[in-house]
Amino acid sequence: MGTTFGLGELGFLIQGLKWTVLLAAIAFVGGGIGGLGVALARTSTSRALRRITGGYIAVFQGTPLLMQLFVIYYGLGLIGLTLPAWVAVAIAFTLHASAFLGEIWRGSIEALPKGQFEAAKALGLHYVPRMRDVILPQALRIALPATIGFLVQLIKGTSLAAIVGFIELARAGQIVSNQTYEPLLVFSVVGAIYFALCWPLSLYGMRVESRIARAAAR
Amino acid sequence: MPSTAAAASPSGDDPLIVMEDVNKWYGAYHALRDVNLSVRRGEKIVLCGPSGSGKSTLIRCVNHLETIKTGRIIVDGVRLDDSTRSVDAVRSEVGMVFQNFNLFPHMTVLQNCTLAPMRVRGVTAAAAEATAKRYLERVRIAEHAHKYPAQLSGGQQQRVAIARALCMEPKVMLFDEPTSALDPEMVKEVLDTMVGLARDGMTMVCVTHEMGFARQVADRVIFMAEGQILEEAEPESFFRAPKHPRARSFLGEILAHH
Repeated sequence: MGTTFGLGELGFLIQGLKWTVLLAAIAFVGGGIGGLGVALARTSTSRALRRITGGYIAVFQGTPLLMQLFVIYYGLGLIGLTLPAWVAVAIAFTLHASAFLGEIWRGSIEALPKGQFEAAKALGLHYVPRMRDVILPQALRIALPATIGFLVQLIKGTSLAAIVGFIELARAGQIVSNQTYEPLLVFSVVGAIYFALCWPLSLYGMRVESRIARAAAR
Repeated sequence: MPSTAAAASPSGDDPLIVMEDVNKWYGAYHALRDVNLSVRRGEKIVLCGPSGSGKSTLIRCVNHLETIKTGRIIVDGVRLDDSTRSVDAVRSEVGMVFQNFNLFPHMTVLQNCTLAPMRVRGVTAAAAEATAKRYLERVRIAEHAHKYPAQLSGGQQQRVAIARALCMEPKVMLFDEPTSALDPEMVKEVLDTMVGLARDGMTMVCVTHEMGFARQVADRVIFMAEGQILEEAEPESFFRAPKHPRARSFLGEILAHH
């Protein structure tokens, strides 16, 4: 005996959607800050910093996000840190996003002509103003399409938080599907919601990319 | 101003740049060999020589864009070691103009010129703009102050780059092949700007193949090959009768194309 898919069920999905958006937002903001630090460390003159962050990136790019969630969620518990599920998940996503965004931004910093660094140095600009005023504004602009692409991945990746019992959009869909016995309908709705969230972002990313290409061709 | 050497006297006789027995390697490649050079205040020097002779490397060592292996470099009384303090002190007194302009593409002409005075000298925005406008006027490009570099021609961009360096009010200007990346019709406007700067008494060290410019403004021409200074002479005698055979063949080659 199940219920039919109605407004109440849709509302339940929307509750899940709220968590999906919130998780993605936390991961993106946290990953943005962490990723900036990682990118700067990866391009620094300190060999130790480059190696440590290089190892960190290798681990997070080389293992499944699902496993990272598991290890951090249960790992934090094992070392006696009992955090709310969403905090543990947010930490895992932030670490994940920091590694990927750090690597994207490292690439764009290194893609800038050497002359930009040299001109800034020759003018006497120190590291902080050199990076903040000259290098990063250019590097982040080049990296914008890839950054948006990663954000889309991240939004869809939040569905994996279901594995530690988190009721985000995908998990909410599964629950509703089990109640209504209408998996095709329910997952179509869930898919449509993901699409409505991600597609405009992808579209925006493509437009930014062609704008940068046009500017470069000028 | 921190000074690691004896305080420089303000008279015109003490050298602004001193290089003593400077050696530099890139891996096994010996890029600078026992270079000794002294540049007086107000002096204009042209460095020439075949490509790969080390002339660009030499001037890039003066503001620590390249580091040296042995020898000493002293700029305005400050001994360049690898300390941040000496590098800062030297860079704030040395302006540099690059072959590829290296303007910051995301900033307007005016912002390019005000950034360093504000961030390095701590000048207010209003004062930095006033200085920038004065120098943009001087390189005759003030009407383009609010444009972005990509909207300007190569010659205009290079004049902005000169103004940007001047905004720091440096004691010496280094030019690294400033006209080599320009279309022929734009070379003159940049050279005219440099001649004007020379007339105003700026100390200049220029790596260039523009022999007409060398004749017109240089106090000394320095010829380099394979990382060594092979000849130093006044422009007239250098162009009329170069002593070193390498200099003779070099001049023969570049003059054949002019």
